[in-house]
Amino acid sequence: MAKTTMTAEQPNLQKESVRRTDVFKDAGFKEGLKRGVSGLILPFLLFAVWQIVGSLGFVSKTVLPTPVDIVLAFKNLIVSGELFTHLKISVLRAIAGFLLGAGLGLAAGIAVGFSTKTEGVLNPSLQMLRTIPHLAVAPLFILWFGFGEVSKTLLIAKGAFFPIYVNTFLGIREVDAKLFDVARILDFSKWKQIKLLILPSALPNILLGIRLSLGAAWLALVVAELMGATEGVGYMMMDARQFSNTDIVFVGIIIFAVVGKLTDSFVRLLETRLLKWQDTYSGR
Amino acid sequence: MTVHIHVMDKSFKKGQTAVQVLRDIRLELEDGEFITIIGPSGCGKSTLLKIIAGLDMDYEGTVEINGLPVTGPGTDQGFVFQEHRLFPWLTVEENIAANLSLKDPETRKRVDELIHIVRLKGFEKAYPKELSGGMSQRVAIARALLREPKILLLDEPFGALDAFTRKHLQDVLLEIWRKKHITMVLVTHDLDESIYLGNQVVIMKAKPGSIGRIIPIELPFPRQRAHPLFQEMRRKVLKEFETADELPLIEGLGI
Repeated sequence: MAKTTMTAEQPNLQKESVRRTDVFKDAGFKEGLKRGVSGLILPFLLFAVWQIVGSLGFVSKTVLPTPVDIVLAFKNLIVSGELFTHLKISVLRAIAGFLLGAGLGLAAGIAVGFSTKTEGVLNPSLQMLRTIPHLAVAPLFILWFGFGEVSKTLLIAKGAFFPIYVNTFLGIREVDAKLFDVARILDFSKWKQIKLLILPSALPNILLGIRLSLGAAWLALVVAELMGATEGVGYMMMDARQFSNTDIVFVGIIIFAVVGKLTDSFVRLLETRLLKWQDTYSGR
Repeated sequence: MTVHIHVMDKSFKKGQTAVQVLRDIRLELEDGEFITIIGPSGCGKSTLLKIIAGLDMDYEGTVEINGLPVTGPGTDQGFVFQEHRLFPWLTVEENIAANLSLKDPETRKRVDELIHIVRLKGFEKAYPKELSGGMSQRVAIARALLREPKILLLDEPFGALDAFTRKHLQDVLLEIWRKKHITMVLVTHDLDESIYLGNQVVIMKAKPGSIGRIIPIELPFPRQRAHPLFQEMRRKVLKEFETADELPLIEGLGI
């Protein structure tokens, strides 16, 4: 019986794998699809063993809550409305920090990309700042701006700034010099040169930068909220850890994974819309 | 409209030494002429075309169109490259219009007219990746023509195409030339193409690049490649071409 289901699903799966053409795609998910039902056996077994080991009391629930515990914690958090409140504040923070950081990153990337002079002035310092870890500057941010929203937003902005900055810069520098000749012959104004040649050509890199920036913003959010907060998914996890509610910590992890994946998918949707002109190898 | 070309010297710096690419080139083009330039590879024919276009200003000499010196690239000197060089993110009609707005009814009308002339009806909304090599080159030609250039410069535009497409595009080009009466300069390495299209064939020789001979082709259009007169012309040009090609060898031996 297992065999018939597999063959029935095969053509669909192949289509799926051709359409999904992304380096960031969830390999586990894709593998599972490819192998059809057989791929689900292992996770099922794992969950079953996990549940049984937990239920029989072999492992303490504060160390590893069972899947059922986690699902129940999830449900309770949804019912009480707590999850929504925390998620809302986290998402707002991430958006604010991302807009600030990515906006500045895009502007700086464009400025540096267009002029070697600006590159000489800005790029070395920015590259130096890029390598400083969040955790190293977080205490400073708190010292300067307190525990409030400002320090958190800035930390997230710092995370979101660099990926889009580097990729925009690179994208602009990779514009085909041959097309510049065409722009000169057709008498493009400076503005048309940017609008019709440089930005579209750099767009794949800029979109990649946005995706990486979103991921970085999300990462910085966790750092910011774990450092000290009274609301947010990070705070919810921190709080749960102190009361040994490990199941809630797991819920937090799942939330971060799912929201991260959703935002990423959104940008990928934008990519397929905006880059339909691209003629590159799309994988098999 | 006349074009006056005088390139005294054009050199490329190669490390410490300068290599002369062009020496003492004089060409006078009359209104509506079709000049083809043919020569061995490395004779500087593409460089000459870039100089006429104003893309390369680093040379000694002058290029004048209607008595006005060319000071840089612009829409007066249309250019078609060997590769189509279309913007991959723009559709066919957007590529032809490029910096001109399709919302402008006048531009719209002329773009449609050109699409008709280069026979691309039905492909207006296609992206370059969906086009064949010949179709892309036709878009590039239409893009150059929309600007109503005083002179159209073509740098081996059909070099990368198969024989059938090439023949077809040569006829398209001749038709445009007859209809629009534009002065054309076409660089090629294809002997038949130079005779099929040009009123004058300019044979260049290499090292340094200079004009070997200018042969007027007085055959009526449309020309028949198999016609004895065409073949006779071909032999004549070929003979010149071979002597032009041998010269640098002899010079190199110090004779």
